[in-house]
Amino acid sequence: MSEPLEILLTASFWAAAVRIATPLVFGTLGELVCERAGVLNLGIEGIMTAGAMVGWTSVYMGADLWTGVLLAATCGAVFGALHALLTVPLGLSQHVVGLGVTLLASSLTYFSYRLLLPGASTPPTIEAFQPMSVPGLSELPLVGEALFSQTPMTWLALALILVAAYVLNRTPMGLALRMVGENPQAAEAQGISVNAVRMTAVIVGSALMAIGGAFLTLAAFNSFFFTMVQGRGWVCIALVVFASWRPGKALFGALLYGLFDAYQVRLQHAVAKEIPYQLFLMTPYLLSILALILMSRRATYPQALMKPYRRGERG
Amino acid sequence: MAVSRRSFLLTTSIAPLALHVPTAHAAPVKVAGIHTVPVENAWNSRLHTAMREADAAGTIGYSFSESVANTDYPRAMRQYADEGAQLIVGESYGVERDARQVARDYPDTAFLMGSSGGPDGSNFSVFGTWNHEAAYLTGILAGFVSKANVYGAVGGYPIPEVNRLIHAFRDGGRETRPDAKFLVGFIGTWFDPPKAKEAGLAQIDAGADVLFGERIGTADAARERGILSVGSLIDYLPRYPGTVFANAMWYFRPIVDAAAADVAAGNIQARDYSEFSFMKHGGNDIVFDEGLVTGEAVALMEEKRAAIKDGSLEVAITDTEPT
Repeated sequence: MSEPLEILLTASFWAAAVRIATPLVFGTLGELVCERAGVLNLGIEGIMTAGAMVGWTSVYMGADLWTGVLLAATCGAVFGALHALLTVPLGLSQHVVGLGVTLLASSLTYFSYRLLLPGASTPPTIEAFQPMSVPGLSELPLVGEALFSQTPMTWLALALILVAAYVLNRTPMGLALRMVGENPQAAEAQGISVNAVRMTAVIVGSALMAIGGAFLTLAAFNSFFFTMVQGRGWVCIALVVFASWRPGKALFGALLYGLFDAYQVRLQHAVAKEIPYQLFLMTPYLLSILALILMSRRATYPQALMKPYRRGERG
Repeated sequence: MAVSRRSFLLTTSIAPLALHVPTAHAAPVKVAGIHTVPVENAWNSRLHTAMREADAAGTIGYSFSESVANTDYPRAMRQYADEGAQLIVGESYGVERDARQVARDYPDTAFLMGSSGGPDGSNFSVFGTWNHEAAYLTGILAGFVSKANVYGAVGGYPIPEVNRLIHAFRDGGRETRPDAKFLVGFIGTWFDPPKAKEAGLAQIDAGADVLFGERIGTADAARERGILSVGSLIDYLPRYPGTVFANAMWYFRPIVDAAAADVAAGNIQARDYSEFSFMKHGGNDIVFDEGLVTGEAVALMEEKRAAIKDGSLEVAITDTEPT
């Protein structure tokens, strides 16, 4: 069998795909929660950066890893609250506020990190989450290593997909959230406070994004650098569209992206070098765009997305 | 204290200006460093650390700006020149033409830029990052520690300054293992440690048992899988004990010292300072962990190291993209 095909059958390749997908799962889920409630959150890139910093710094200063994750989520929630305040009750442009939050969050992160650790030439390290094995399950072929030899944060991401899908589709809370994103007037008529639901969604969604950032510094790597989110937040925004605003498809999309990325990095040295490496680097993005085109033909986006709600105003 | 809107705006707009005025140092040469990225980034940290050392030693007075976007870079150069910096140190890779124009506009200021081009005009000097000699020496040690005889390398982009390191590392490995197999991967960014780690893991999956980590993150892959790794530019030994067995160090101090001495002597010129990167000037060298390599390996490496220093051995420079 040729080498490119053999790669697809190695367990470590699938494990890498799941690992690469993990921060995207958190980010995409966070963005999805915001958008289902009708708010586009372009603060994601900055919130992920802030989460990466806060999570890492807390652990560096003595907190345990899960406290770090929790503090990162809290920090994300604070930026989410700011975003929600400006876009929901004040009804400002969601694009402008989102980009503003990204700039603010990244710059504040930069500034506070400099104050905390001035003059570090190589950033210090922490003991990050290590991949753990589940006895019995980890020995299964392919899926064993891919799913059960991961860090606990990856399991958290997978569990959150299930929780989100259940809450959104099977609970009154989820119904309220979907309703304010589709038809806020109808929700209001049912006695639901549109603003309260939307604000909660943005705050919770932003907390999830920050956890995605924290994965980068607490599990994927063990130091913080300012530029380490590297556009992953923007990928999440595209993945939400790809997923047609559904948690299950969001997981699928993130995994697909992870697969392409894990594959290209292996193909680089597996196939003949006549092919420029840039082509391989391009593949996850090219295939994502292609998948986006195919999927978005049947996309049904939340009807009230990006429309501020004002009580009493005709829809 | 009551703060009126006007006084708030006034103080907040003036304070940054006041902060930007370089503080007076007893040092003779006022040096300004302009970095396009945070100073933690491996390459910039070498410049930053060397200039801070020179500042502490009293030969220069160092002030700096970091994360200056390429679009803002000429503005920052002009500002420091206007403020009286005598020597402006930085990187013109992304602004080669504009940076040279600024230098022409300020003939009394010396410029020293990491650059892909040559010196220009009367005051635009350049330097290259040449730690290929040290990379060659790390390759010699790698040939002794590898069992599989498969060597990986993770780079940012295949530019000459990266390519020549990977080639030199391979040449070192071939000294004792002519049939060595080499892998290479580029991550298409200078800075994404988790991605560099994934690239390293992919090479380990493909059989590599020694990684040359041109980018930070590669050694994390090696540590996770319990194999050995080589670092570049900065000293990764304290960060990865038991994993990184050697580093191809690059030292900026000889370059900045030479350039500052020229400026102090009133000798502003357009010169290529790259030669100060070479081992005989102390611009690059190997640091290694004696506990992880055999005496036999060290003996051969030290022999080659002495030969490089006395000029009898010249490490080949190959700038083509490694395959």
